[in-house]
Amino acid sequence: MTQLALVIDLNVCVGCSACVTSCKEWNTSGPAGAMSDDNPYGKDPTGTFFNRVQTYEVGSFPMTETVHFPKSCLHCEDAPCVPVCPTGASYKRPEDGIVLVDYDKCIGCKYCSWACPYGAREFDEHEKVMKKCTLCVDRIYDESLPESERKPACVLACPTNARLFGDVHEPESEVSVAIREEGGYPLMPEWGTKPANHYLPRRKTRMHIHEDELVRADNPLKKEERGPSAPVAEPTLDDSTSW
Amino acid sequence: MPSHNPVASDAEARIEVKNTTCYMCACRCGIRVTLRDGEVRYIQGNPDHPLNKGVICAKGASGIMKQYSPARLTKPLRRKPGAERGAAEFEEISWDEAFQIMEERLAHLRKTDPKKFALFTGRDQMQALTGMFAKQFGTPNYAAHGGFCSVNMATGMIYTIGGSFWEFGGPDLDRAKLFIMLGTAEDHHSNPLKIAMSQFKRNGGRFISINPVRTGYSAIADEWVPIRPGTDSALLLALIHQLLKTGLYDRDFLVQYTNAAELVSVDEDSDDFGLFVRTDIPHPKDCFDPQDRVWWDRRQDKAVPARSEGADPFLMGEFTTADGRRVKPAFQLLKERVEKYTPEWAATVTGIPVETIERLAYEMGITARDDKIELPIAWTDVWGKDHDTVTGNPVAFHAMRGLAAHSNGFQTIRALSILMTVLGTIDRPGGFRHKAPFPRPIPPCAKTPNSPDGVKPETPLGGMPLGWPAEPDDLFVDDRGEPVRIDKAFSWEFPLAAHGLMHNAITNAWRQDPYAIDTLLIFMANMAWNSSMNTSEVRKMLNDKDENGEYKIPFLIVADAFESEMVAFADLVLPDTTYLERHDVMSMLDRPISEYDGPVDSVRIPVLPPTGECKPFQEVLIELGSRLKLPAFTREDGSRKYRDYPDFIVNYETEPGSGIGFLAGWRGKGGEKFMKGEPNPNQWEMYEKNNCVFHYELPKSFQYMRNWNRGYLNWAQEHRLTRYAEPINCHIYSEVLMKFRLAAQGKTEGKQPPEHLRKRVETYFDPLPFYYEPLESQLSDKQKYPLNAITQRPMAMYHSWDSQNAWLRQIHAHNHLYMHPSLGEKGGFDDGDWVWVESMWGKVRCMCRFSEAVEPGTVWTWNAIGKAAGAWRLSDDANESRKGFLLNHLISEELPPHADGEHLSNSDPITGQAGWYDVRVRVYKAGDDEPAETSPQFDPMPAVPGTGKTPKWLAYFAGKFARGKNP
Repeated sequence: MTQLALVIDLNVCVGCSACVTSCKEWNTSGPAGAMSDDNPYGKDPTGTFFNRVQTYEVGSFPMTETVHFPKSCLHCEDAPCVPVCPTGASYKRPEDGIVLVDYDKCIGCKYCSWACPYGAREFDEHEKVMKKCTLCVDRIYDESLPESERKPACVLACPTNARLFGDVHEPESEVSVAIREEGGYPLMPEWGTKPANHYLPRRKTRMHIHEDELVRADNPLKKEERGPSAPVAEPTLDDSTSW
Repeated sequence: MPSHNPVASDAEARIEVKNTTCYMCACRCGIRVTLRDGEVRYIQGNPDHPLNKGVICAKGASGIMKQYSPARLTKPLRRKPGAERGAAEFEEISWDEAFQIMEERLAHLRKTDPKKFALFTGRDQMQALTGMFAKQFGTPNYAAHGGFCSVNMATGMIYTIGGSFWEFGGPDLDRAKLFIMLGTAEDHHSNPLKIAMSQFKRNGGRFISINPVRTGYSAIADEWVPIRPGTDSALLLALIHQLLKTGLYDRDFLVQYTNAAELVSVDEDSDDFGLFVRTDIPHPKDCFDPQDRVWWDRRQDKAVPARSEGADPFLMGEFTTADGRRVKPAFQLLKERVEKYTPEWAATVTGIPVETIERLAYEMGITARDDKIELPIAWTDVWGKDHDTVTGNPVAFHAMRGLAAHSNGFQTIRALSILMTVLGTIDRPGGFRHKAPFPRPIPPCAKTPNSPDGVKPETPLGGMPLGWPAEPDDLFVDDRGEPVRIDKAFSWEFPLAAHGLMHNAITNAWRQDPYAIDTLLIFMANMAWNSSMNTSEVRKMLNDKDENGEYKIPFLIVADAFESEMVAFADLVLPDTTYLERHDVMSMLDRPISEYDGPVDSVRIPVLPPTGECKPFQEVLIELGSRLKLPAFTREDGSRKYRDYPDFIVNYETEPGSGIGFLAGWRGKGGEKFMKGEPNPNQWEMYEKNNCVFHYELPKSFQYMRNWNRGYLNWAQEHRLTRYAEPINCHIYSEVLMKFRLAAQGKTEGKQPPEHLRKRVETYFDPLPFYYEPLESQLSDKQKYPLNAITQRPMAMYHSWDSQNAWLRQIHAHNHLYMHPSLGEKGGFDDGDWVWVESMWGKVRCMCRFSEAVEPGTVWTWNAIGKAAGAWRLSDDANESRKGFLLNHLISEELPPHADGEHLSNSDPITGQAGWYDVRVRVYKAGDDEPAETSPQFDPMPAVPGTGKTPKWLAYFAGKFARGKNP
């Protein structure tokens, strides 16, 4: 069974928000759109975004880590938003595991957003329906697009290639290899939701300096030593003894 | 019928896909724009573009909201009779009227005194055209924004290694093993750098960030080294100290490719004190940096011509020549200079522990020495020696405004360039690499006129408006040594002001110092807000009148695409198009988008028609140039030479028959030539067919060591990138700077500084880098103002440009003042409280945010998020003007009066770079009875005619009739 998902590499995410707005621009004019914005030019602007980047600080100065954390629907394998939906609008596609909302059935009761422990759902105040990340389901199967572009808009946009996309059930896929080999982890596994999306942790490269690396035979300073100088005129032992 | 179809396609709509170049920031990525029924449906990175390779950033992906922003200006406007500047009361006029007004005014100025017309532009990406217009007009008063951006980076590096970061060069992260980033703004060269950094990290490279703040790029560093602002040169000099002390320097590189081994005269009484000892080896007359120097040979123990066959020079020591002169190699002088800059000393200045400084030096030195790269690429150096391989020492650096925007930035960046040189990393794999048309001679050849005679009525300027002085006689001053330019660039106050001082143009014009001007044309620069220091006062100056009731700056023209704060002060407003509506060129004559492997330039081609009566500013210049009959725009019979901007781009040649024009690709009649060739009538079409970009990949053997690569230099000369094919040796010791110092000491016969500036020039024109406290700090009460205040650039905003963007402003609608929690403990305030931040110049009320990711002696905020009420078509109560704030009110454009003078710019004394980050502040809790909003406040700016409606809500869906979903 296929389970499509994102694997997000926190080791290279610089928090630029390219994924945030590229998602918005693609989806607002697609089947999941429009994605509305309230007070777009006024006080406290707020709007629908399927993907947001949060930034955290970890540790105390000067041992501080700044972590950028992009978050969208995790397309849980055991998605708590699905069974709570009274109309069946919230559903998980059997063919690829994508969790979607059928807006025609959605009555805007918000049960799903209460059930979601990750806060990944976005209520559209104007259409009065719940919206969320679709993994750009309208792109990934679109054969009119070049194959290299049949990916979610956020994945195409990401300048650091921090967003990998693929089938986490296929052991040899790029995403499965990354999860397996780079320490990929799901969010809050204790909730038992089995999030399909995973995150890759920070990985540090350090340099170890050995003492002998500072003492080298070819140290260029040696070339700055002056050669033997001319004989000295002042008295030396040579003038006073014959041994 | 159920309509839920999550994979619905656009089958029924009219879809068009067009390539052009982004302009949501200065990066200039290739973009692919999909239109649905004539509206923008999707903007993606062009996967076939060499710069961004298909990726796009938050700004680029929000271009739709810029295109359809209600803040767009769509009509030419004239200030209403009787209305005050700043009140933003305008009436619509036609373009014909606008042109008539400008033509009449400017024609008169050109006939009488062309310097009374001043043209200053923001990040316009077409400085080759705006600069040429100014030159043709005959005014010296032209500059773009470089003086208040990063001119220290450009000059500090170009005067040392012949190239610089960003457009002209950068870190080769593909091959580097260690990458050190210092004080880098996150909005510059952002996508290419992000692509490269993530690949670098994934390839196992080690990334160290040295920055007072840990945000964006620094967040993913393997190590963050917090540093006190303005002390970078102390660190860099201590690193050089440690490398020299332990012998971790690339001796072979220094000997052959720099002036390290060249002997300098050190007898203080001699005529040539501080200058290189020269032989009488003949050299071409107009040569920029003759190869007539002398080494002290180790084997023969005597002076020999530099780089003579078989010679091996001393880098250290003191020697006496046959004629009794005392001389030292330049490297010995560097060694003596850095002796006092120990890690222990630097630790007290920078706040970085001694062990960290020592370790940083060792990491750099050992990686450079032991992780050497040998690429199997044969090349020949300029002296004729063949090399089988290209060597690389894989330590790469990147730095930007964090180093540059201090009044000690030039010498700091000299120190950085010397550190990079000592490690042997210049134009080598894994180090720093140039991008065409760099490297240039040190200094580059372009010069301004050197006297007021260069400015004559009805005559083009007798030189370039901006240039690169090589000696005091190149300065643009009058007989008394006083400035000719309104911004005083290239005067003794700022001799190497290669990008001008836009940040002082308004203040100087207002004070009529050195003279009064008549018309100021500002393109794309928000000088009434975030682009000016001392914003509150500058707004008053723009509106100030003399005793006769006339404005002190009589006529103000503002060309912009959006209703910025600056627009309110205009007498005449010219509505520019967006980037999606116009032709543009990223020209080799300006700052192209070249790659390390060869020259690249690119174009914009409109994907949409202009909105309303918007007219690209390029067209305005072509039209004005034609009406004023400026020579470059006029045929011999007086008729107009170019139909429009696209026609100009194709047919203009720098000189008749030169074959050099704005675009390098597809030249020659059929597009068969590049760089140089006759105009090609189909050049635009050829760019359009090729992703709007021209990329020439140099042969591998020309891609490295270009300062000294015979093949490359000959190629560059043949293709007219450069006049010279001589080696560009790195200047460890800067004789150029020494010549200015000698003039200040009265030891030369040429131009001399005015008396009051002698000490200043003598002090700062040190031929070797040195640490000094930034000028404003020197003049500040640091007991009262113990903190440094700086700004950072958010990756999702470009300057002030994106507050009108409905999507981007949801990411940054207001800004906080970030600080270490200990400041709150001491000051008795909590995270999120309203506080005052105060400098000796003024105070601003803002909200604080505690952070562990900032050096405790520093406070910082995001730049240009705060706005004046009503500007950018935001509501009067928008977060940007109520919660957001602008730090600029605390930063002066001039230093307090002191020994060197009264109205000196708050800038680097060498280059005139604005000292944005030198301000000292204190922070204290705002009173409980004070309003919970930022201060100062300004009268809300009304909507000007032609701007759009601001709906209460928005649901963008491309294609007006596609689904009827637009509200």
